[in-house]
Order: sequence, then structure tokens, then C-alpha cells
Amino acid sequence: MPLTREGIAYRIAHDLPDGSFVNLGFGMPSLVTHFLPLGKTVLIHSENGILGAGPKAPPGQEDPDLVNANGDFVTLVPGASLFDHALSFTIVRGGHLTHAVLGALQVSRRGDLANWRIPGARVPGVGGAMDIAVGAQRVWVAMTHTTDHGEPKIVEECTYPLTAPRCVQRIYTDLAVLSVVGGELLLEEVAPGVTVQDVTARTGASLTIPSRVPTMDIPAELAGIQLVTV
Amino acid sequence: MDRVVASCDEAVADIPNGASIMIGGFGPPGVPVNLVRALRQRGLHDLVLIYCGGGTEEDGIGGLIADGAVRKLITSFPVHPGAHAVRERYLQGEIELEVVPQGTFVERIRAAGAGLGGFYSPTGVGTELAAGKEVRLIDGRAFVLELPLSADYALIKAFRADQWGNLVYRRTMRNFNPIMATAARMVIAEVDEVVPVGSLSPEEIETPCLFVDRVVEVPRDWFRHAASAERR
Repeated sequence: MPLTREGIAYRIAHDLPDGSFVNLGFGMPSLVTHFLPLGKTVLIHSENGILGAGPKAPPGQEDPDLVNANGDFVTLVPGASLFDHALSFTIVRGGHLTHAVLGALQVSRRGDLANWRIPGARVPGVGGAMDIAVGAQRVWVAMTHTTDHGEPKIVEECTYPLTAPRCVQRIYTDLAVLSVVGGELLLEEVAPGVTVQDVTARTGASLTIPSRVPTMDIPAELAGIQLVTV
Repeated sequence: MDRVVASCDEAVADIPNGASIMIGGFGPPGVPVNLVRALRQRGLHDLVLIYCGGGTEEDGIGGLIADGAVRKLITSFPVHPGAHAVRERYLQGEIELEVVPQGTFVERIRAAGAGLGGFYSPTGVGTELAAGKEVRLIDGRAFVLELPLSADYALIKAFRADQWGNLVYRRTMRNFNPIMATAARMVIAEVDEVVPVGSLSPEEIETPCLFVDRVVEVPRDWFRHAASAERR
């Protein structure tokens, strides 16, 4: 069965090594913090000048001067630091983040990322997406495997405007984990109850498929809903 | 050396029509909302704003845009919740938008403040935001030329100032404020509190006084802020 959004976040959290410095995009990527295993130190970077952003502040205890890049009133973990935007993007662009986990509209077989603008969006806005995509040491994508209409989001060539070419190393979806290796997409794992054929049928790019593809180790409550046959 | 002026109205009184104005802040923290309100009262037109977001009713920048005071907005992310005025004006063809990646936005301002003629950035290479810009290979990697961004005025927000204009910030109030303080010909700082010269620790001063031209004290109503945070 395809993973829930939480299942995808759980799978990513377990791949982040101890001592990571990570920027998380809006939406599904931001769920990763809920699943970081105890005993692992992962510091969350926020574009507006935080290394070590913590959970949202409890109601009534918000600090009006402390938000994350999503505009949430957050807290700081012990060991957190605060800085201005120039230093924040020195961290981003200078290759000092070990990981970025980003949402995506499309990812190409070679790892091109499109996540900032749908064609025809009438007002443009880019934020930090392009800087993070070119700057982080490892760019991981968290997304559903297909659109709400069932169209593949993993494609041979992106048709949406690019955020950055050839920047994605790994893709985590509700169906599978894939890696971009030498311009080819390697199928690393499938979700519980999902077959290799389920994945290829919903992918718009050619895949390299090993003779044995492991099934993800995911708690049953985070595995999701019945896959509709295509 | 005393940079303290009596009111926000006085601080923005000489800003002319057509001025370019940087405004600090990201989310609510660090937006000089009282300076922005005073600017709105002036009823100016043809302003060029340099601000990371699109402005909202609460931060006052949305109001400036709704009034038709702004000819052009140089920004990074004008599509957040609450950015209604910029959307409407843009779709009517009544405001020009220059959309810049956020790291490029701040570095262009930093470059202006640091006296640099620009810089080569990897951000945006191979995308539509690099169209028409010079691309240069450096050590085998492609970079795009970005030019400095300065302004006639900067409206910034800090936590405390001394009478000379040395500034300290708190939490995520920094964002663009210390950078914008270096890159405008006239820098106006709104602060929660003005303290005597010598009472700020030199180590905590993030913006030295030579960058700051005017300081206005607007004591903060902490209770009101807590209540508005609670409502979100």
C-alpha cells in the first residue's frame, strides 16, 4: 500500500545521519522533524536565520520575534544559533548544509528539479528554493509519486520551469525510494505491498531496476491506503 | 552624533515621490511597521520598494501597495498568504515585479553595502531567472553575474539602539535589517527602546552607528503581540 505523508517523512527521518544540518521545505518535508529518532542530533536550518529550530511554540508562549521560514512561531533547541539572512544564505549556497529535503512538482531522470512555479501561475515568487537546490550537499525530494490526477511526477524531462538542473540525489515517494546515479534512476526500495510494476506504471522515466528490490521497513500505522489499479 | 528623532512621521518626512526604499523584515519579525505606517500617511507615489515578501495588511506594506504608492517591487516571495494587494495590482498591470532568489536578493544588497560591483552566483543557472544574464565558467562550474542593489532609503527594525544609532537585534528580527543598514543612503531604524551611549555591550552591537542616520523609539506593547500571536 502507498505510504501516508507521515510514512514518507518517517522513511526520510531514518536516513538522516546523526550530526546532520538540514533545511526542510514547506509541507510534507516539514513533517520529518516528528520522526527523528531519539539519540540522533539533527539541527534544522531556517532561511530567516536559525540553526537549531525547534517545534512550534505552545499556544500563549509564542515569541513575537521568533518565526521560521514558514511563518510559524517556533522554539529553539539547546545549542541553537541566530544570524542574519546574508549568513543564512552563506550556509545555504556555500555548501554547508548536509541535506535539504524539498517538495517537488517534477523531478527528471537526471535529477533536474522543478518546484517553484507551475506554468501559468499568474504571480511569480521563488523564495529560497533555487539557492537551496544548488547549495545543499544532498538534495532529497519528498513527494507523492503522481499528481492528484494520477500523472507521473518523475519524468524524462521536466515540463515545468526548473528550480535547478541536476541537483536531486534521492526521491522519497509514497511508492518507492529512488536514487539518481550517473544520470540514471535507480529503484532502491518499494513501499510495503507495492510491486515494482506498480512503480514503473506510475513513473514517466526509465528506471534501473536491480534483480531484488527491498521493501521499506515502515511501521504498519504509517503505511497507507489501497492502491488504485492503473 | 545624536540620531534620535521624535516620531516616525518626522523620520520619514523627507522621503520624496519616486524614492527607492528598502524595508527589512521576514514574517512579522523585523518589519518596521510604525515607519511603514508613517510612510503610508505621506500619500507618495512611484515608489520602488525592496522587500523580501509581498506585504500584508498587518505589516502595512500591503496597504502601501493597495494605495497605489508603489511603482515597482523588488522581492523574492510575494505569493505568501495575505499578499492580496500585490497580487491584485500585478494582475491589473499596475505594479512591476522583479523576483529574485532569496539568497541572491540579500547578497545583492550586501554587495552594494560592501562596495562591490556584483558577484557570480550558482543560483538560478539553467533557469528562467538567469535569462539574459552573463554566465561564466569558474573552475568548470557555471555562475551567473548578479549586480548590486542599493536604495535611497532603508527602513529597518532593531530591538535596542543607543543615541548614536548602534543597534542590537533579538531572535529572528535580524533577517535583512543589518544588511540593508549598509546599502542605503539614508538609514532609518525603528527600535523598541533607546538607551544611553555606553550601555550596550560592544560585543552585542551588530550594526555599528556609522550605518544609521535616524533612530525612532516606538515602545512595544508586548501584551498586544502575545495576544495576536495567540489568535494565529
